Amino acid sequence: MIEMKLRGRVWKFGDDLNTDLIIPGKYLELTDPKEMAIHAMEGVDSNFAERVSPGDIVVGGRNFGCGSSREQAPLALKYAGVGAVVAESHARIFYRNAINIGLPALECPGVTDAVYAGDILEIDTTRGVIENTSTGIQLRFTLLPVFIGKILNEGGLVAYLRKHIDEW
Amino acid sequence: MGMTISEKILARASGSERVQAGEIVKARVDVALIPDLTAILSFKAMKEMGLDHVWDSERVVVVLDHVAPASSINAATIHRDIRLIVEEQRIKHFYDVDAGVCHQVLAEKGHVKPGMLVVGADSHTCTHGAFGAFATGVGSTDMGAVLATGKLWFKVPEAIRIVVDGALPELVAPKDLILRIIGEVGADGATYNAVEFTGSTIEAMSISGRMTLCNMVIEMGAKTGVVEPDERTLTYLRGRAEGSLETVKGDIDAKYKRVLHFDVADLEPQVSCPHKVDNVRPVSEVEGTRIDQAFIGSCTNGRMEDLEAAASILRGRHVHPDVRLLVIPASREVYLDSMDAGLLKVFTEAGGLVCNPSCGACFGGHIGILAPGEVCLATSNRNFRGRQGSPDAEVYLASPATAAASAVTGVITDPQELR
Repeated sequence: MIEMKLRGRVWKFGDDLNTDLIIPGKYLELTDPKEMAIHAMEGVDSNFAERVSPGDIVVGGRNFGCGSSREQAPLALKYAGVGAVVAESHARIFYRNAINIGLPALECPGVTDAVYAGDILEIDTTRGVIENTSTGIQLRFTLLPVFIGKILNEGGLVAYLRKHIDEW
Repeated sequence: MGMTISEKILARASGSERVQAGEIVKARVDVALIPDLTAILSFKAMKEMGLDHVWDSERVVVVLDHVAPASSINAATIHRDIRLIVEEQRIKHFYDVDAGVCHQVLAEKGHVKPGMLVVGADSHTCTHGAFGAFATGVGSTDMGAVLATGKLWFKVPEAIRIVVDGALPELVAPKDLILRIIGEVGADGATYNAVEFTGSTIEAMSISGRMTLCNMVIEMGAKTGVVEPDERTLTYLRGRAEGSLETVKGDIDAKYKRVLHFDVADLEPQVSCPHKVDNVRPVSEVEGTRIDQAFIGSCTNGRMEDLEAAASILRGRHVHPDVRLLVIPASREVYLDSMDAGLLKVFTEAGGLVCNPSCGACFGGHIGILAPGEVCLATSNRNFRGRQGSPDAEVYLASPATAAASAVTGVITDPQELR
């Protein structure tokens, strides 16, 4: 399993947060991820991109990242500094896209009730444990399947395939 | 235990005798579809993976549709760069800004056949399950891997079987059925699943209607929607698709996660209300809601059958003075057919505005942007906040007939009242 410890401040969002809200369609003409990052979460919180700090953790409810297949959504979050996205559940394409660009996307049932915006979380990906250091509450998340963990561990699918294209 | 049609297609594509739900397989892709706004990132990912050329230049289809023709310098630059890539990669199937929405073009040009594994860098790629293919949307890096190797990993999905019986009432459309289903299943009720449509209503349904159903399964989280191919499928594809046509069907003893039954004999027109697609109400509950714009088009509802339904309401009537009506045929073929049938004249005489085939107002990057406080009734597939312009605008989703009737009265209206 991947070995990664993450620590960051929580930005909390609700259920069904779609990719149009993460980055509205009018910005899909941008091709530089740093420019996409300026508009991260613009559809729900126009201050997010300016105020997010490196390593901060986005916490979502059910069906996080539903809607369009735009990879610009996880790219905008990653380049804005987001260290991980933890949600009750992820929409399928967003989940794949996040892992593929090396942004940890974790599913943690119960996370919505256990954290508040501004809490500090520590994520131990080896043990599958999230600790809310602000309250001491510990949560378990679903460990990534081994194959998907390998992709994330390499930093994403591009880096993975550069190494392992013969096995693909 | 038998296999579902999705399991059979993934088994064939991964070179296995059989696969079962939950298994992760690497499978060979038959067709890779790339629209304009995800193309640059996809080809960039391929090159970063260390490959200079696409695995098979005849299996890649590129369509410029989301901002067609270009509406900004950035969009024009993307289009210019894509044309250069297409030339460099010798991509055989390239459709420029004059073609229409990628999913309609892919179908009309016969690129999809039953049993194929189709991936597209657009979430509505699930549309092509209407032809008995396994078709799903992916992001740009996954598409980069496909371009580089022709292969991708898939988790074999569990299947939900939706059995639909009864004859749709007059002016009640496949769109009303899929909205009703999404309202029941919920925005994440089919996440990671394949949704199979079957039953007497589906057997009697046109290819256009089946495309509408499969198109919207992503709005309940599904990986793909699928209708088993039949004589209608083959009739549509003859003269369009090259080579032999074979059908594929699921086994009778295949395992389903859920089976849902719907009877449409008494189905009322349905409306999805802001700002979530699964917020569905019968039209009678939202009748009278004022609208500023009606949009008829998109990969969901921009085909001949849709435009004919709208024209049947608009013929001899006029759009309400406070409403803008945009009609956007989904493709050049639909545009020409509707021109021959006199429909474009009907729309224009009624006070509607016919725009060029493209994703148009669906996507909010281009035609028909909404101002704060405005309300649009659209036949497209998403009503997310900000989807069609201002985050302070509202989008309702409905069938072409409901959109046309509402454009006439200026408020959300049951089309059966204008029959």
